Amino acid sequence: MRATRFAYAALMGAVLAMAPRPALAQTSAQAQTIQEQIDQLRKEFGDRLAALEAQLARIQGGAPAPQPAVPGGLPTAEVPAGAAGAGGPSGPLPVYGPSVTNAKVFNPDMAVIGDFLGAAGRNEVNPNPALEMHESEASFQAVVDPYGRADFFVSFGEEGVELEEGFLTLTELPGKLLTRVGRMRAAFGKVNGLHNHVLPWTDRPLVINNLVGGEEGIDDAGISVARLLPAGPLFLEATGQVFRGDSGELFKSSKRGDLSYVGHLRAYHDISESTNVDLGASYSYGHNPAGIVGDLDIGRFTTKLFGADVTLRWRPLTRAIYHQFVGRSEIIWSDRGQFGGRQPSMGYYASGDYQFARRWFAGGRYDRSERADDAALLDKGASAVLTYWPSEFSQVRGQYRHIDYADGPAANELLFQFQFSIGAHGAHPF
Amino acid sequence: MVIRTFKLILLLLLGVPVVASAQGKLNVVTTTEDLGAIAREVGGDKVAVTALAKGYQDPHFVDPKPSFILAVSRADVLIVVGRELELGWLPPLLSSSRNSKIQPGAKGYLDASANVRILEIPTGQITRAMGDVHPSGNPHYWLEPGNGRRIAQAIRDKLTENAPANAAYFAQRYADFDMRLATAEKRWDATMAPYKGTKVVTYHRSWPNFMERFGLDVMGYVEPKPGIPPSPSHTLELIQDMKRQGVKLVVVEPYFDLKTPQSIANQVDGKVLVLAPSVGGTKEATDYIQLFEYDVNLLAGALKQVTGK
Repeated sequence: MRATRFAYAALMGAVLAMAPRPALAQTSAQAQTIQEQIDQLRKEFGDRLAALEAQLARIQGGAPAPQPAVPGGLPTAEVPAGAAGAGGPSGPLPVYGPSVTNAKVFNPDMAVIGDFLGAAGRNEVNPNPALEMHESEASFQAVVDPYGRADFFVSFGEEGVELEEGFLTLTELPGKLLTRVGRMRAAFGKVNGLHNHVLPWTDRPLVINNLVGGEEGIDDAGISVARLLPAGPLFLEATGQVFRGDSGELFKSSKRGDLSYVGHLRAYHDISESTNVDLGASYSYGHNPAGIVGDLDIGRFTTKLFGADVTLRWRPLTRAIYHQFVGRSEIIWSDRGQFGGRQPSMGYYASGDYQFARRWFAGGRYDRSERADDAALLDKGASAVLTYWPSEFSQVRGQYRHIDYADGPAANELLFQFQFSIGAHGAHPF
Repeated sequence: MVIRTFKLILLLLLGVPVVASAQGKLNVVTTTEDLGAIAREVGGDKVAVTALAKGYQDPHFVDPKPSFILAVSRADVLIVVGRELELGWLPPLLSSSRNSKIQPGAKGYLDASANVRILEIPTGQITRAMGDVHPSGNPHYWLEPGNGRRIAQAIRDKLTENAPANAAYFAQRYADFDMRLATAEKRWDATMAPYKGTKVVTYHRSWPNFMERFGLDVMGYVEPKPGIPPSPSHTLELIQDMKRQGVKLVVVEPYFDLKTPQSIANQVDGKVLVLAPSVGGTKEATDYIQLFEYDVNLLAGALKQVTGK
């Protein structure tokens, strides 16, 4: 309260100091105007002070402001009736905790994003449930100290909880290195690094499911180092990552030395203020589980992945909230060791998403991918997507998906999704 | 083999030299063109200023492009609007910048809102049912010359802190800007004087500081709630209120669609006016003073038409 009064006093002083000073020759009318301005400011000051005092009184249950009874001016509480005596504390006790010490200002930014999925139609190869609360992602993000920040993303499914990401970003390292330590989604291609709620579809492309470990993808505990390379106006970033070597069914570490590795080179350029292009090349290597029999990795097989991605964005700045287009494509080659020899396979997707009104987006995607363990099995698919945004914090999406599976009947499905977020405002996806 | 290759990549990453900052000049990056214009006024030829968001785009919805990471990574000073305006796009730029000089709290970081006059600070509980509200108050505070002066003071102090050898230069540049702004303010006050108390409608809550400064009364908004697109029911209510109160002018930012404002203006026999909310919002708004020059003259001309004064 004292600080508030001081602030208003200082503000008033500053305003008064800046007010034009009447010269001796000024007319009485000008002096009258200045006097009126001062009176007006005084009145505003008084009104706002009174409002603040009234608000304080309301917060304190109508009681007058208590006098500090303990050093530091902390609020106090009485020892409960019946609990006094017996050598315990007596009289007013200091009350500690975030609500009175402002410690909660250091709480991380918190948010929860709900992802509800539904499916109708026929899919006998890889059916989704008719209705599911697919994921509730809780995020906790804050600066740790002057040297780094931490980001945690905890994914609650209907039956379990997993740490999707939890990493420390070090901002003070020499050489302009961006270093992350913890569990994170690897920088392999584009889609692997994206959380579900920023995908432009309800699902992930077939090539990601067949060759890059599906929804979980390359998501592991490790260390990431990224460096900007000097290239004039071109954004050129090289990233090297080392992981423990466990990423679902893609990589499996049987020994401490079975680490997996990811390398990524990203080049970005603004073609114009509205249009930009983003290119990437990726490599990954690790031990796969194909040779594990019982608890023993007798095959010691490895998988190598190579990827190339391109993203073209168009967003006219004066109408950025109404129109934009994003075209994406990724092509991925897999070279998988397994009994019978190494199995090369490849797949890709191409998609386009257009925002045609402030709240409406339409898009399409074409998928084509061989299977990692048998390139003779080729899956093909196509999707049409329509998305509606009631606000920045919720969206409704429908997706018609047709897939020609190599080993089963064709699937025709209508997938729908409700997404909603509460809590801190997250960054806009890019 | 793989480990050796990986080590080689790491060595390459570590070995490439970092791009040096501009010789002799402070690299100043601002999130908006308004802050950039004021930084140029104060910093003169001792600073190289890069503004991220353009004046004709909605500053709430800016893409955190990697090219912005490049700019922020080279900054000696970063000046932000604050009050959650850049919440959707600045944090990823900061965390990817690899630049400790401009992180919040560091010597090169300036939140320009720290000492300005902020309006519409919510009291009581706020929820997103109220739209995209800013818990720390309305962030469009730069649209008031007094706040422009306070921003310039803060920039002068921040530049001096980072380049103390140029303290006298920055002080002189600030004094010159202050004088020119004061002279212009008298002109703007005289231009707007006949229209004090006139009621207007604006699309978004971008103008409280501006309208209050020049004595205009914002009686309603085209958006039913901040950040929520116009709805038919709200538009009808607004038209009725405007007819009842004789309001004829709808002020719109250049990045909003004109369809709804135009239909409202047609219904009340009024006028739609696209004002520049920022430097660069129109080609005439080349600096901070020209921004007000453009807006005040355009607004006064429109008010003259609709009020007959």
